[in-house]
Amino acid sequence: MKADLSILPLRLEAVSYASDGTALLQDVAFTLEAGPRTLVLGPNGAGKSLLLRLCHGLITPTSGSVTWLGPALQRAGTHQAMVFQRPVMLRRSAHGNLVHALRLAGLDASAARLRADAALDRFGLGGLAKRPARVLSGGEQQRLALARAWAVRPQMLFLDEPTASLDPAATHAVEAIVAAFHAEGVKIMMSTHDLAQARRLADEILFLYAGRLIERAPADEFFNQPRTREAQAFLRGELLW
Amino acid sequence: MLEMYHAFAAAWGLLIGFDPVLLGIVGLSLEVTLSAVALAALIGLPLGAIIAISRFPGRSALVLLLNAAMGLPPVVVGLAVYLLLSHAGPLGWLGLLFTPRAMIVAQTILVLPIIASLSRQAVEELWEEYSELLRSLGSSRWRAVPTLLFEGRHSLLTAGLAGFGRAIAEVGAILIVGGNIAGYTRTMTTAISLETSRGDLALALGLGIILLGLALAVNAAAFLIGSAGRKSATPG
Repeated sequence: MKADLSILPLRLEAVSYASDGTALLQDVAFTLEAGPRTLVLGPNGAGKSLLLRLCHGLITPTSGSVTWLGPALQRAGTHQAMVFQRPVMLRRSAHGNLVHALRLAGLDASAARLRADAALDRFGLGGLAKRPARVLSGGEQQRLALARAWAVRPQMLFLDEPTASLDPAATHAVEAIVAAFHAEGVKIMMSTHDLAQARRLADEILFLYAGRLIERAPADEFFNQPRTREAQAFLRGELLW
Repeated sequence: MLEMYHAFAAAWGLLIGFDPVLLGIVGLSLEVTLSAVALAALIGLPLGAIIAISRFPGRSALVLLLNAAMGLPPVVVGLAVYLLLSHAGPLGWLGLLFTPRAMIVAQTILVLPIIASLSRQAVEELWEEYSELLRSLGSSRWRAVPTLLFEGRHSLLTAGLAGFGRAIAEVGAILIVGGNIAGYTRTMTTAISLETSRGDLALALGLGIILLGLALAVNAAAFLIGSAGRKSATPG
């Protein structure tokens, strides 16, 4: 994935999204470059999940545009992956879940099996390969979801509150894996409402409030000198909704 | 009560005697019904899945129609197929009337709405659950059809059983298009119907008991296959 041409940067221009006449995201614009880990912060309902889904292409904006600008933009679809808040696993083995993802990514059966084995081993899941994915613990399933994302060799990984329903140990494991993705050069865009986690992981912050992107700053700057009143209140723990 | 005693005695006598006529009847019943269920599954599973994941004008009406067709009266289906296959009918040249194939056609029409409807329902729920994941992994809607059918394999097995139950128990349609010809198109249900009208209630009941046993055996087999698989799919 290092030698490949990049699909990044990713540019959003005047992106709005409305559902049944209610504006859920309004006039969001930014450009994401390869490299820094981008954390999306904001209170519940601010539109974090929606923003990630728009960037990943699961949802089409009501207006505005989401564009990949890198030289490999035509292959943007296959060079990105997403990890959801609740891991979604098919009713098959852990190994079977990875193989299915890899087959969809275009690998032939034997290559998919080899790559799936490698991904399971890479994340310490080798012993669970044959277990039905849906009977694994929440933490194991989320690790499996990360292994599935890693297996397809993405250039960009979207994570939607991946630790929101996990215990501290599993959360720690997920954060370590996210750090490993970053170390391998994968661009991270992750939402969280956990400030401590954002401090641990973020290089830069996108702060959403009520469907608008109201502050974007390097992590140090955001945490030490937030510019907007909303961000200040959020950092003081006063702005939960 | 005496009737019941004679019935069990008749059933027992037929069974332990491996009566070749009885075996022929049982064999034909299974052949016709299993062929119909297989054909209906081949068409109905993907059809239901495609309806589940697509949006088009008139979709709700189609879903409603399909659900309603689960209760199609067998005699009406039999009559319609009879008209199609009779010598004067549009498909008369096929020469299928009063053959086991005609019976398979009629039962396929009866079973198809059941399998297609239940497939539609199961796949719609699965698509709800998996659509984001599958699209994130780069799956198109059409590519998702086989995936979702495989994910729904356990509820779809039940759909197949429901179809089997309807077809094996059905008499109206196969009686009309098959004609209940001894040794050729006579099945369990048409034989029961005939023996009852002839007044041989013991033989009719005996055949009925064997029919119940057969249905039970097929369901038990499917249950065993299913529960072996279900262990690997318990929701987490």
